[in-house]
Amino acid sequence: MKVLVTVKRVVDYNVKVRAKADGSDVDLNNVKMSINPFCEIAVEEAVRLKEAGIASEVVVVSVGAKPCQEQIRTALALGADRGIHVETEGTVEPLVVAKLLKGVVDKEEPRLIILGKQSIDGDNNQTGQMLGALANMPQGTFASEVAIDGDKVNVTREVDAGMQTISLNLPAIVTSDLRLNEPRYASLPNIMKAKKKPMDIFSPADLGVEVTSHITQLSVAPPPERQPGIIVESVEQLVDKLKNEAKVIS
Amino acid sequence: MSTLVIAEHDNSNLKPATLSTVAAAQALGAEIDILVAGSNCSAVAEQASAVVGVSKVLLADNAAYEHQLAENVSLLIAQLAADYDNVLSPDTSNGKNTMPRVAALLDVAQISDIIAVDSADTFKRPIYAGNVIATVQSSDAKKVITVRSTGFDGVAAEGGSASVETVDAVHDAGLSSFVSEEVAVSDRPELTAASVVISGGRGMQNGENFKLLEGIADKLGAAIGASRAAVDAGFVPNDMQVGQTGKIVAPDLYIAVGISGAIQHLAGMKDSKVIVAINKDEDAPIFQVADYGLVADLFNALPELEAAL
Repeated sequence: MKVLVTVKRVVDYNVKVRAKADGSDVDLNNVKMSINPFCEIAVEEAVRLKEAGIASEVVVVSVGAKPCQEQIRTALALGADRGIHVETEGTVEPLVVAKLLKGVVDKEEPRLIILGKQSIDGDNNQTGQMLGALANMPQGTFASEVAIDGDKVNVTREVDAGMQTISLNLPAIVTSDLRLNEPRYASLPNIMKAKKKPMDIFSPADLGVEVTSHITQLSVAPPPERQPGIIVESVEQLVDKLKNEAKVIS
Repeated sequence: MSTLVIAEHDNSNLKPATLSTVAAAQALGAEIDILVAGSNCSAVAEQASAVVGVSKVLLADNAAYEHQLAENVSLLIAQLAADYDNVLSPDTSNGKNTMPRVAALLDVAQISDIIAVDSADTFKRPIYAGNVIATVQSSDAKKVITVRSTGFDGVAAEGGSASVETVDAVHDAGLSSFVSEEVAVSDRPELTAASVVISGGRGMQNGENFKLLEGIADKLGAAIGASRAAVDAGFVPNDMQVGQTGKIVAPDLYIAVGISGAIQHLAGMKDSKVIVAINKDEDAPIFQVADYGLVADLFNALPELEAAL
């Protein structure tokens, strides 16, 4: 069974991103870029399916400008077999990413597609579900467990009330949540080997997709600042402040 | 102009997130209908009809919608959306699961997680774990939006008198089925609706020690939450996680115990009205957002706090 897994190049999760002073956009000069953490979990899951003998091939795809080939190489070093780069310019909205991925799905015909549930830059949490609708495939979003069962896959999902397990007909889409697995680190030999793994490059036109824009970012701003707080000396003082100053307990 | 709000419910009760979403819909200035899609959920439709500001309740009651499977519900919403300019859903796990499918079926963008309505096509939403608030404008004629409940004060649950109309359309995509669920049962208020939340982090050391929070929660009528570190470590289940990828809360009082204050956790609670941090590490970042910080060993401070309340 072929597994397609997606990766996105985003600001590293340790970086505290700030709005530019003129409010035009976020300041991304000289910040460290990485694979989106949820995508890393998706790659790990795909590689584990291969190690378990369930997946025959793991294909990694990324949509973005040329530098995202770094993240494809990272995924190849983690164990994916070959890469596909869909080269785009500027910001590409989730709907367009989903259409581009649909183009890749049509070419590759994977049985399972694993994506991160959201990227930590836009925090949209849309692409996997949109791909599901466009490809008319079922989806197991926010997955904490994935079990292939013949021509179906059982996905356990992290939902507001607890956990939900659903059964999906293959081919299907899974989006990873934090506790699906703990991704491995790429070893140096595997990083070297990854440089020789094949990577195809497509343009949106190759996939028959027109890149459109539906949303304009007008401005960005920092969130409202909180007033500085105080350090209390004792539990007694804390309770007094909560009762008589903040008036949040009685 | 007209807006369809998707009700969040469990087939018996309408959830408060729906009320916040109706408030966001009111800011759009259009007539508001509510869709209740579920199974044996007429009680929810009745509750929805009492919500202030709602013109009509659409009730789609069918086994295909019982577990909110996105494959089925998205087809229903996309069909009904033909009659509306806006479709709004709370940003609950159901809303996040279903709405992007609806948007793709309608070939429009989705605007996720709005916290403010500037005008009928311009919205504010947090990006980068809430470190930045973006103002975005949609050029789509039909707008698909999810609403962050903490951004809007919910409308009154009682006082309206909307009519209830049955929707007969049955969409069963036949692609997915429900297997099982593990639902946490608690007598405490829901995390996202509680006026007081007390959360534990890695500093709690194990799940057993979360009992130290329970006595305090009982006295304050609080919900109990956790940081990602505490959930990852297996101390407590995932439905308790507060943060960028867990639940977003904004109670009147948030008490963070043994939580260092990673960006990802702050994203889920920093809009709380009053924040208390109890941590023995005085350099913990959580103190930078706390209104009241107590540098103390939680194993001494918690029993003292319970006794003092």
